[in-house]
Amino acid sequence: MHTSSTLILVLAVFGASAVEMVEALTIVVAAGVSRGWRSALEGAAAAVVVLGLLVGVVGVPLIRYIPIDALRVVVGALLLVLGLGWLRKAILRASGHKAPHDEDAIYADTVGSLQVDGPRASGRDGVAFAVAFKGVFLEGTEVVLIVVSLGASQHRLGLAALTAAVAAVLVAGVGVIVSRQLSEVPENTIKTAVGIMLTSFGVFWVGEGAGVHWPGSDLAIPVLVGVFTAVTLGSSALLRTRRPFTAAEAT
Amino acid sequence: MTAALGKALRAFGHFWWDFLIGDTPELAVATLVIVGLAYALHRAGVAAAILLPLLTAAFLLASAWRGRRAPGG
Repeated sequence: MHTSSTLILVLAVFGASAVEMVEALTIVVAAGVSRGWRSALEGAAAAVVVLGLLVGVVGVPLIRYIPIDALRVVVGALLLVLGLGWLRKAILRASGHKAPHDEDAIYADTVGSLQVDGPRASGRDGVAFAVAFKGVFLEGTEVVLIVVSLGASQHRLGLAALTAAVAAVLVAGVGVIVSRQLSEVPENTIKTAVGIMLTSFGVFWVGEGAGVHWPGSDLAIPVLVGVFTAVTLGSSALLRTRRPFTAAEAT
Repeated sequence: MTAALGKALRAFGHFWWDFLIGDTPELAVATLVIVGLAYALHRAGVAAAILLPLLTAAFLLASAWRGRRAPGG
């Protein structure tokens, strides 16, 4: 396995984990501020434990018992579905056809709904626990899929899991220090970069598993990253010319 | 017990439906086509290595085009 594909794996997993944890952090902070920190943090921690178990329970048998070529086609297809979905959203956001992800708005909505949900319970708060658990678990599920897919197909499950954990700890650490949602993180840019890497790995592994000969072997992965970067930028530019008129532009 | 299991299975199925199909069924179809083409072209040498990324790019652009808002919309 070339250094370049390992580096792209680390970047993809780190970016995906960081950006999903930024989104999870918004929900945990909202639950902590409006219902109490203890239960919100317990809910988040419980979700992290369950996600970690999922990586072991799903990932290890995949590596041990599934033939590598079949595994690469299935994993490549999963990465393609995920990566193409992220890239589609990124293109639509970059070209003005979809609203950017807004952590401040999500934070305000979550705090509003939690305050409507009734007064804060004394001691442990089940609502804060459940909201934080669900937020971290749902955002983390995509990270688990990426960790298991990339890790299993390259036999680097440990490295992929460790990278995701480092990113999650970094985001959580910054969140604890600033005690608020991280709305300054360029989520859309990171998601675009991760989408490009997932799509590149997806095409590569589907081809590799099916028996396609890639010129340069693993060195084809950085080339694919370049191709899909150009396609994403070109598609965004093309769709920007088809952007809907806003009220301000119409006057 | 049975009800809880049924609920869990429905949630599991719902998750995978949302993940694989969701509101972009064309991307699921595109993925199946790319997998099929990879097997069909695996002996085609460099042609497969060129066609697979090009086809993927074409599907991506088509899906983004489908998702755009109409001018004035």
